[in-house]
Amino acid sequence: MRKPLYRDHALVLRVQRLGEADRIITLLTRAHGRVRAVAKGVRRTTSRFGGRLEPFGHIDVQCTEGSSLDTVTQVEGIELFGRRFIEDYPRYTAASAIVETAERLTPIEREPSLRLYLLTLGALNALSQGERLPTLVLDAYFLRAMAYAGWAPALRDCAVCAEPGPHRSFSVPAGGLVCVNCRPPGAAHPTQTAIGLMNALLEGNWDAVEGVDVKVRNESSGLVAAHLQWHLERGLRSLPLVDRRETTS
Amino acid sequence: MYEGPIQDLIDEFGRLPGIGPKSAQRLAFHVLAADATDVKRLALALTRAKEEVRFCTSCFNVAEAELCRICRDPRRRDDALCVVEEPKDVVAIERTGEFRGRYHVLGGAINPLEGIGPDQLKVRELMSRLSSGSINELILATDPNTEGEATATYLALMVKPMGITVTRLASGLPVGGDLEYADEITLGRAFEGRRKL
Repeated sequence: MRKPLYRDHALVLRVQRLGEADRIITLLTRAHGRVRAVAKGVRRTTSRFGGRLEPFGHIDVQCTEGSSLDTVTQVEGIELFGRRFIEDYPRYTAASAIVETAERLTPIEREPSLRLYLLTLGALNALSQGERLPTLVLDAYFLRAMAYAGWAPALRDCAVCAEPGPHRSFSVPAGGLVCVNCRPPGAAHPTQTAIGLMNALLEGNWDAVEGVDVKVRNESSGLVAAHLQWHLERGLRSLPLVDRRETTS
Repeated sequence: MYEGPIQDLIDEFGRLPGIGPKSAQRLAFHVLAADATDVKRLALALTRAKEEVRFCTSCFNVAEAELCRICRDPRRRDDALCVVEEPKDVVAIERTGEFRGRYHVLGGAINPLEGIGPDQLKVRELMSRLSSGSINELILATDPNTEGEATATYLALMVKPMGITVTRLASGLPVGGDLEYADEITLGRAFEGRRKL
């Protein structure tokens, strides 16, 4: 019996070696969610489409369905972002953290996740244009991806009792800013500018982000990373390797 | 499922990279059918490889002594250093006969998704070799994939302030191929790296 074929737009999240010359490609597709597919012979220099199946690629892919893994049969490149990232190490490390987050936020294979797909595509696109600092794009992606997953940090009202802010304490286990009555022991006390930056990144208000001091950006990054990793229950492998040197092109 | 030593053998073969359960079973029965002397030779080769092969203290290639064959060779150029990901890449470059300098094996490529950064590779050791002052050219021969290219970019970023010439292996069309079958990335790279005749 012929196996069913499907065609979809996808982002290449991860590639892993398989056997002599094959690879397992993890894709975040537009309509089919996260799928894992075998790409046969792509490590050989004679491969027709190996170059298009590198990480961070936005591709038009055709696969045959398999019982555990699908098989890639055709690939066309739409925008191969990896080519831009490899020339800029900080952007490469930020892009790695983005695709790892996308993979972790789609734990169930073949469950469509269009909003996350579009968000990840947008983040890679913004990163490739080089107009914004890679770490800011990364933090904006983390915050919005968490919002899609239902884990948006409370950045105005108290995360516990919903008392309107502004509040001065931030608790990752509580879910964001907390009022003086709900503040648990060990809560952080970030500056209001760091909270303002997180709000601006979550809402995509890039005008408010421009010119924010590096110290404030680091403070905000620390809170965002802690919040994300608390909800993911396991640290991101790529996050400690994100190069925070400041580069825009 | 088999019993006793044969199942143990199948399980051990099955743990090797690229060997599935069927291949493991085929290899195990091949070993059973083989001459006792052949099997002993195989067992000895495995044990000797594990006990005697180590990594060169200078370039981290596989070696039988403290230094590998290439690092011991006084006829090799000391002013050119070629950086590769794995020992098997050294063999591939040696087969070309084009390079007479020395090597440095990183032990992989930077891959944040797998938690591999510069600290997990032999980058610090490379910097220490470069600071000796005798090397004029650093050739980056990491794989032409995303991880390999990103590793080359990182190394170039670190090494260029030292005043050493950093070069990257060219990418392009395979010898003997037809142009129409080349993918757009490879063909694009070949155009970028075209040379004057």
